[in-house]
Amino acid sequence: MSACKDREQDPRIEGIASSIRVVPNFPKPGIMFQDITTLLLDPKAFKNTVDLFVERYTGKDITVVAGIEARGFIFGPPIALAIGAKFIPLRKPRKLPGEVISEEYVLEYGTDCLQMHIGAVQPGDRALVVDDLIATGGTLCAAIKLLERAGAEVVECACVIELPELKGRERLNGKPLYILVESR
Amino acid sequence: MPSPLSIIFQAPSSPRLPSFFLPVFSPPPPNPVLRPRFVSLKAMASEDGKDHRLARISSSIRVIPDFPKPGIMFQDITTLLLDHKAFRDTIDIFVERYREKNISIVAGIEARGFIFGPPIALAIGAKFVPMRKPKKLPGEVISEEYALEYGTDKMEMHVGAVQPGDRALVIDDLIATGGTLCAAVRLIERAGAEVVECACVIELPELKGRERLGDRPVFVLVKG
Repeated sequence: MSACKDREQDPRIEGIASSIRVVPNFPKPGIMFQDITTLLLDPKAFKNTVDLFVERYTGKDITVVAGIEARGFIFGPPIALAIGAKFIPLRKPRKLPGEVISEEYVLEYGTDCLQMHIGAVQPGDRALVVDDLIATGGTLCAAIKLLERAGAEVVECACVIELPELKGRERLNGKPLYILVESR
Repeated sequence: MPSPLSIIFQAPSSPRLPSFFLPVFSPPPPNPVLRPRFVSLKAMASEDGKDHRLARISSSIRVIPDFPKPGIMFQDITTLLLDHKAFRDTIDIFVERYREKNISIVAGIEARGFIFGPPIALAIGAKFVPMRKPKKLPGEVISEEYALEYGTDKMEMHVGAVQPGDRALVIDDLIATGGTLCAAVRLIERAGAEVVECACVIELPELKGRERLGDRPVFVLVKG
């Protein structure tokens, strides 16, 4: 786990990186799972994580923070509250009541689907997409598409962790990505 | 009559009708035996000028009929999350209640407890512990089974997240039958910690969730 090059100056990053636990062979053999629950058990590391995002996005006229179910629900709302934005949950199928729009995306085997409420986002909204981690970028890509279909501008994607070898950055329709730690 | 959806999603500066004034379906037949089927969300009794915050919180919650199945009036908090002031006030009320109570753990129940729990944990300096559906948490977990209307489900918590001596809150958006809250409480108590209180935005009192939690305190902001 290494701090990103242009953020090595910030003394908070080291504590955040070291609070993340790697669990081997989860959910299946060969996968080194980046477990942020240990970050959440460290109030200082969790606060620093949120603060770093809030400092970046305060004063940027962000009106929407969209969080991807379920770990995006942990990081997104504190950011939304601090910067005065709406929080929008992006969910697996059949969780959101009422009218939704859906975006399908590809998995290793098969496909999955992400949904957003109709009316949650309007043309003119400036949105962030937040998740704990970017791997292949498939879910983030689906999230960007949902927000753009509703007429919002996706300003940036923000994740705690990136797995750079999976090249998720290239799948974001040219949208910028901001992350705190890389895992190789 | 505009649909409830269009009124709830108005720009914040427009006047907003409280949701309990909006009929969400056609009026019930004139049979005195049938209970009224619309849900009116009553704000809790006021304490120290909290009235104005609770009224806005209450009116920001949208009721969706027949979700996830016919007969259920679903309390949708996503509209509360779209109202920054209402969301902010919701968190503030919980934080004011718990900040001086030496709470070391805020446990949030997947998935809507993940939205309300972390802001509270951050504000009061507590650890946040996610309580999850099976096979989501990596590493060692303990499990608690609980009853559904048909069949059972399971809730899991990480081994080591909670220690003896910890003082915990359990957070979810809503208490209905109390089944999931009860499972969460059991997991925390099995780990040796004390559950100080369960806190939810909404309670459906007719489903008697409080009874299922025995003498453990439950704090809510609005009742349906």
